[in-house]
Amino acid sequence: MLAGLKDKTMVAAESPAETPRTNRRQFLKASAAVGAGLVIGVVLPQAGSKIAKAAAPTGAAAPVNPNAFVRIAPDNSVTVLIKHIEFGQGTYTGLSTLVAEELDADWSQMRAEHAPADATLYNNLHWGPVQGTGGSSSIANAYTQMRQAGAGARALLVMAAADLWGVPAGEITVSKGIVSHAGSNRSAPFGELAERAAQMEAPAEVALKDPADFTLIGKDVPRLDSRAKTRGEAIYTIDKTLPGMLTAVMARPPVFGATLTSFDDTAARAVPGVTDVVAVPQGVAVLAEGYWAAKNGRDALEIVWDETTGETRGSAEIMAEYKALADQPGDTARNDGAVEEALASADKVLEADYEFPFLAHAPMEPLDCVVQLGPDSCDVWTGSQIQTVDHGAATAISGLKPEQVRVHTLLAGGSFGRRATPNADMVSEAVSVAKAIDGRAPVKVIWTREDDIQGGKYRPMYFQRLRAGLDAEGNLVAWHHRIVGQSIVRNTPFAGGLIQNGIDKTSVEGADNLPYAIPNMAVDLHTTDVNVPVLWWRAVGSTHTAYSTEAFIDELAEAAGRDPVEFRMAMLKDHPRHAAVLKLATEKAGWGGPLPEGRSRGVAVHESFNSYVAQVAEISITDSGEIKVEKVVCAVDCGLAVNPDVVKAQMEGGIGYGLGAILHDAITLDGGRVEQSNFHDYVPLRINEMPEVEVHIVPSAEAPTGVGEPGTPPVGPAVANAVYAATGRRIRQLPMALHDLTGA
Amino acid sequence: MVKLLINGEERQLDAAPDTPLLWAIRDELGMTGTKFGCGMALCGACTVHVDGIPTRSCVTAVEDVEGSAVTTIEAVSGKAAEAVQTAWEKLDVVQCGYCQSGQVMSAVALLSENSKPTDEDIDAAMSGNVCRCATYVRIRAAIHEAAKMMET
Repeated sequence: MLAGLKDKTMVAAESPAETPRTNRRQFLKASAAVGAGLVIGVVLPQAGSKIAKAAAPTGAAAPVNPNAFVRIAPDNSVTVLIKHIEFGQGTYTGLSTLVAEELDADWSQMRAEHAPADATLYNNLHWGPVQGTGGSSSIANAYTQMRQAGAGARALLVMAAADLWGVPAGEITVSKGIVSHAGSNRSAPFGELAERAAQMEAPAEVALKDPADFTLIGKDVPRLDSRAKTRGEAIYTIDKTLPGMLTAVMARPPVFGATLTSFDDTAARAVPGVTDVVAVPQGVAVLAEGYWAAKNGRDALEIVWDETTGETRGSAEIMAEYKALADQPGDTARNDGAVEEALASADKVLEADYEFPFLAHAPMEPLDCVVQLGPDSCDVWTGSQIQTVDHGAATAISGLKPEQVRVHTLLAGGSFGRRATPNADMVSEAVSVAKAIDGRAPVKVIWTREDDIQGGKYRPMYFQRLRAGLDAEGNLVAWHHRIVGQSIVRNTPFAGGLIQNGIDKTSVEGADNLPYAIPNMAVDLHTTDVNVPVLWWRAVGSTHTAYSTEAFIDELAEAAGRDPVEFRMAMLKDHPRHAAVLKLATEKAGWGGPLPEGRSRGVAVHESFNSYVAQVAEISITDSGEIKVEKVVCAVDCGLAVNPDVVKAQMEGGIGYGLGAILHDAITLDGGRVEQSNFHDYVPLRINEMPEVEVHIVPSAEAPTGVGEPGTPPVGPAVANAVYAATGRRIRQLPMALHDLTGA
Repeated sequence: MVKLLINGEERQLDAAPDTPLLWAIRDELGMTGTKFGCGMALCGACTVHVDGIPTRSCVTAVEDVEGSAVTTIEAVSGKAAEAVQTAWEKLDVVQCGYCQSGQVMSAVALLSENSKPTDEDIDAAMSGNVCRCATYVRIRAAIHEAAKMMET
């Protein structure tokens, strides 16, 4: 997912006022009624957007953009149009809760569906004029916006009832989806009032609830998508069908950066069901009536690739180059005090090197996209994570006008960052294929699992060197962290916002903002050139920086002869939220207390995306030397927890996702070729390896922050520190499966 | 031409005999609840029941199930299915949901055979079903919950 967006700069856009004051809200009735129901729109003063400013004459009032989020149907159902993609993190449920709370709806009447792609109406308020999901920002950016949408809809329903019944609006109450007037003993469900509400003049101001009055926010309301997903009824992109649709499977270059020279499609065309074989900029596509024929056709292609421009190195060679670079100073990301002097005069100096492999996201639903291209229209259905980028790519490739291109967001079977592609890879391919057959038929491009594992867009490889000095009293007085690896955002539209002074924030996040009070601290970065496409992977920079920093802190605590929790706590006096989750997790885990025979503990604490997470891992080592993670106790501070059960689910899932990677996973190259291909050699965590997970949420009235990513970073170092406690071995090269722990 | 007995109905398919059952179900019969995840029987997203046995449809040729009864998520029913799906919803197991058809089919098969599974039984029956969202804590809890429901 997208990292570094905490500073709310992206795509060279200024950030809009994300939480404008409630009393400046103005509400309007719907711009468009849908069916016999009502779409209630909210007008937000959208200050700060460059697009908006460009459209406004100098000196004019800030332009307003109507935002339609709520639809009320005659059957009393309330549908929230969700501007973010639902791919498991619970955004359907979370954003709908915010609306339902202020609308005083009954939870049973709430529905959710994806909003159409529209950067003006549905932008991420943390990202400027871009619609997209990432950086665990959905709840954080939409918290006030969606509550206002609900409150505005409620106000119109109240006005409609007052008008219909001839009573003062101030005497009307709303509760659980029923609008009532006690004095005249009248009541009506929303559906009966919706049409009249659409005729009402919206109030200029509407108040939001006092949090003390919340009945849904902060409660475990059930997920809106559970039933459909439990019964096989949910529709993902792979399930989308259109009349006459063809399925395409593609051959892509065998090494990154190679190009197509020629191909022989005789055998491919001989496969029954194959209709077309076309060359597109991304490779060669075989189209057929159904996946199986398309896949067999693809496998039957004979292709000559020009690999002279392709990557030829293997992972070991790349890592050796990184290691050599680490002997040289990099670009400065942080420099406090005088680190080298402090190291020179330290009582004890420790140094450790860490190696991190490429990682694939491997979402359960393989990448896919459906496109219907006509002479003056292009419709795209996909699990779009950055709708604005996907829309732009479809527009450019189709050659149509922006208003002729529609991106329909569908549920996605996971992403973990993979669908947030700055070059819109799935959409670009699918539109290219549709164009190559002149839009003769709708096209669904499906990636095989092998295409996914070998297709790039990996969490980058990194080499890191940490050096630190302790004084005679065991205080940490110097810290130097050098990071070597590829930039995720270089050469993408996100570079302008996320690369500052040559530092890609996603390479150093979690390192340059290390919370510990260390008087002399420096972080520097070598950004490398490798012809392997890289991308944000659940928690982005923190996936490696949390590991190296929290594992190294554990080493330092031991060298200082201090308890790892006490050692951290002493350096967290200015970071009470870090300290609070560390305290909560260790208390709940019984830190320092007795353990069952054969078990060991390790701890880590890390902030990402403004959420604070501490985890205590309890492990054992099997007779065959395997690490068995028995239990993880997790404490999280994500501000106000809109839905505590969803927060817990995201911590559980984040822990499992991170654990699978640190235990087993690496994408490795040999001569530029990816060595893994499917789930037998890129090994996912399975149920028999899933630890017991206990999640504790810090009670908070702070603004809510995200939970999709922050559960992932701490589990690796917590396990590594537990492995040390069990075996005396420091694991500094991932995955852990590389290390033989038998007899350790 | 292949004849399939699927969800209680006999269907004629115009598919090559070696076509994987998964793609016959999805592309020929238009039932999309059964999912494609790996194509190598490594992830379980494509799990269906063949004569009640949980089977990876992505590596099962349609000709091999002629004469057998195939059940997909769309039609799975009975006491165990009802308990599993109710427990899944009660505990909000799902996240992205893509693997859950397969998880449910494996869990139903487990509970149909073993109404009081231990954690070890659950590991053995469910470790072929991958969930990249790692909803495993809740899958385990929901299977125990479903087992409890089936007692009554």
